[in-house]
Amino acid sequence: MKRLFKEFTKGITIENPTFGLVLGLCPTLAVSTSVNNAIGMGLAATFVLLGSNIIISSVRKFIPVQIRIPCFIVIIATFVTIVELLMKAYFPVLNRQLGIFVPLIVVNCIVLGRAEAFACKKPVVDSVFDALGMGVGFTLALCIIAAIREILGTGKLLGFSLGKGFEPVAMMILAPGALLTMGLLIGLVNYWHIKQKTNREIKRAGCNGCK
Amino acid sequence: MPDRLNVSVSPHIHSGETVPRVMWAVFLALIPSGIAGILIFGFPALKLILISIATCLITEALIQKARHKTITISDGSGALTGLLLAYNLSSNVPFWIPLVGGFFAIAIAKQAFGGLGANIFNPALAARAFLLSSWPKHMTEFVKPFNPDGITSATPLGILKEQAARPLSELGLSYWDLFLGKRGGCLGEVCIAVLLLGAVYLLWKGYIWYSAPAGFIFTLGSLSWLFAAQGFFKGDFLFSILIGGLVLGAFYMATDYVTTPITKKGQLIFGIGCGIITFVIRKFGGYPEGVSYSILIMNAVTPLIDRWVKPKRYGV
Repeated sequence: MKRLFKEFTKGITIENPTFGLVLGLCPTLAVSTSVNNAIGMGLAATFVLLGSNIIISSVRKFIPVQIRIPCFIVIIATFVTIVELLMKAYFPVLNRQLGIFVPLIVVNCIVLGRAEAFACKKPVVDSVFDALGMGVGFTLALCIIAAIREILGTGKLLGFSLGKGFEPVAMMILAPGALLTMGLLIGLVNYWHIKQKTNREIKRAGCNGCK
Repeated sequence: MPDRLNVSVSPHIHSGETVPRVMWAVFLALIPSGIAGILIFGFPALKLILISIATCLITEALIQKARHKTITISDGSGALTGLLLAYNLSSNVPFWIPLVGGFFAIAIAKQAFGGLGANIFNPALAARAFLLSSWPKHMTEFVKPFNPDGITSATPLGILKEQAARPLSELGLSYWDLFLGKRGGCLGEVCIAVLLLGAVYLLWKGYIWYSAPAGFIFTLGSLSWLFAAQGFFKGDFLFSILIGGLVLGAFYMATDYVTTPITKKGQLIFGIGCGIITFVIRKFGGYPEGVSYSILIMNAVTPLIDRWVKPKRYGV
């Protein structure tokens, strides 16, 4: 149980797809203009991750190594098609907002990355927790970036105005704002990781650890 | 070859030049333009300069304190960034524009890259680009010179952009007006005469080298003369170099030590590149003026130029 919990939490913290692995940046940069979009994109990617991880993990013994990537892509594309059709049917507005980035989940490096690095080697239960952790981590990261960009760039959050008298920083909802926000956040996360690591080392080595 | 580098054994005589000394010299060279700007645009100009410099210095001190580095606000680079940022703004912007701009210049464009010497882009220009894309309304409103009521007017370049090919006389301006700064524009760019005065001082002291400004101004002037709206070879060389922020950009920002090439040949390439890009933006781009963007774009290719013109090692 502890192992499964670890598979889940690593996707949110140390191996966070956006801030740790720095994968799947196209959708991250493109759809993080509002928190609504971010939640929609995050959930869609989580669903695809979950589905593809389960199927790939369960058929991993039958996939020949030489053609594993095409096999992964077929499985992933199936789930993306499901998501796309569902979204078109039930959330047409969100679908229009996300546009091309829904079908593009097929080539999202996070999904293929987890298939290649995790699901094709580990049992189904582990893969489920891995997919959930990665999905939640991706959604959270997207939401944080989108919240910063939406608040600064439009003066709103989730579409609700946060008060007048503030002139929105128009650049934050443009492409440079996305790169800037993400760069600063990755810097912050790295700073935090390094600090934790040195703290741990100091604790382990005691006063003799200092050089 | 008197300027060839002689490498000899120590002891060497120190020339006495330090980073703070050069920075404060450039600051000093820019002060007359500030006074001219205050005379032309009135009290708001002074307020703008002071807010901008103070923000830059406070931001730098706070960030260096947070990063446990030596606080180096007295080296003049932060103050210079603040001054240049103020010179790149219209004098009637709201008070928070230099505040946000100064913070962006120091925190994002300078300290996030590692502080003085490690920044890729000119901090003042990066802040200007940020402000222009964020609040275009405030950044493109210019007050008329010598009027205390703050009536706004378009810059000569803005008028040209909207109605192409108007002769100088129709704008109600003479070369002399442009040279002395009797036109709408950013606070520090209008008075060409005192900008040149400061530039001469820097050239005489050897703090800047003429190849980048000369390449910049000559390229832009020639291209404007060659490919004018009225026909080939019918452009106005003088007019094209007297308007906009060209003189300020060419002498004070295309010669920045950190963000431009090291060698003189590289600086010439830098200047020519800036001239071409400015011309393209002025003629075809969406903005009336392109000096700041051209310098930023050339900042980005500076490492490439430096590698390209690297002098051959002796004996290799």
